[in-house]
Amino acid sequence: MPSLAERQGTQPVGALVPRLFRVANRRQDTADTFTMMLEPLDGVALDFVPGQFTMLAAFGVGQVPISVSSDAMVDGPLCHTIRDVGPVTHALSRTSVGDVVGVRGPYGTGWDVAGGENLDVVLVAGGIGLAPLRPAMLEVLHHRQRYGRVVLLYGTRSPEDVLFADELKRWENLGVEVLITVDYGTPAWDGRVGLVTTLIKRAGFDPHSSLALVCGPEVMMRFTATALIERGVRPERVRVSLERNMRCGVGLCGHCQYRELFICLDGPVLPYARVADLLGTREL
Amino acid sequence: MRTIEQYLPEHPFFAGLDTGALAIVCGCATNVSFAPGEFLFRQGQPANQFFVIRRGRVALQIHGPAVGTMVVDTADAGDVVGWSWLVPPYHWLFDARAVEPTGAVSFDGECLRGKCEEDPRLGYQLMKSVSQVMLSRLTAARVRLLDVYGKANSVSPLLSPLLAEAEATWARPRQAGATHPGATNAGATNAEPG
Repeated sequence: MPSLAERQGTQPVGALVPRLFRVANRRQDTADTFTMMLEPLDGVALDFVPGQFTMLAAFGVGQVPISVSSDAMVDGPLCHTIRDVGPVTHALSRTSVGDVVGVRGPYGTGWDVAGGENLDVVLVAGGIGLAPLRPAMLEVLHHRQRYGRVVLLYGTRSPEDVLFADELKRWENLGVEVLITVDYGTPAWDGRVGLVTTLIKRAGFDPHSSLALVCGPEVMMRFTATALIERGVRPERVRVSLERNMRCGVGLCGHCQYRELFICLDGPVLPYARVADLLGTREL
Repeated sequence: MRTIEQYLPEHPFFAGLDTGALAIVCGCATNVSFAPGEFLFRQGQPANQFFVIRRGRVALQIHGPAVGTMVVDTADAGDVVGWSWLVPPYHWLFDARAVEPTGAVSFDGECLRGKCEEDPRLGYQLMKSVSQVMLSRLTAARVRLLDVYGKANSVSPLLSPLLAEAEATWARPRQAGATHPGATNAGATNAEPG
């Protein structure tokens, strides 16, 4: 059915109007995490930089901020890897190929991967934090010769929760050092069990010339950033991606205010040095 | 492969020991190897050794009637496994199982305990080193109890059987008319940055 704007021959006005995207494909990644591949109904691709997010709308239910997980440098569907944890993500999890969802954005700051040229690049992911880091990894791999050693340190809850398992192997085959650890293992798991921070001392990178990109739960990012800095990474070269309760995505509503920052505008990706004291402040 | 006398002085665990103390420690050490599936030690057995892993991987696992067998930690090259040798009643609290072909330096805990009793300086240094290992493992265990990768209000898999048992205990008086707060379900958006 054509939208009201289409019927009246008008253009949507303002950043708060969602564009319509069709679910072109869908993949169940783990028991509670899935990837939606979206195509714009108007045929105009949504350009983004790695690390940015969109507001995804399940019509009649609500909107949620979700980082883009697709390759920013390749034409193709817009991918979001989503964990089914609340009403909106649950509604999105129930969509089928052909269904239409709303997309606003992209919003926020990116990882600025190019800032790591000539440096080693260390990506540290916790849980579904691997999804927002995927476009950053793909950008590095597109320009592999511009970077030094590339390391992915990935911690997640259990072996069943490991995301993008096939892709992790592919990255390893491309020369990326991939170290994985889980919080709890069964006897059948022959990988590591323990905190993701324990991988930092084992990874092969030069801390004095490294860019570190960290994404995961805030507690994990705090411990990880501390461990990276202890190993010698400069604090201004550690970037974290923060999550707050976002609504408008354009700095108007104030839902995502974090003291002097609006995470939707100033973030989600921020230098750790800028937020280190905020992350340690209770009830902020 | 370097000898024990060459390897141990470079290991951070022994960093505080002087040459004489290192010689004593080396005198209580031997190289050992384990095939995958072989146990370094088993839960409940006397703890008379500890190990420094030189290669391979060791899984520390625990059993419980509700959780079965769960791997709660792994140790890789450079890691130290075991502190029960130093703390009465000197019994292992976990199983340690080789996951890969594993080489380690094994230390005779009884021998070292005797040396520590004779030489309190050595004992204090070793106690400091063991405390570091204990602290890092305890911190890791506490952080994992937060279950940061779980959903809102989720609990660590290690705790969930215990909570289920507690829930069942609570449920009995509730059925008899007592109030029960029940579990809340905070409306969470996607748990990660968006």
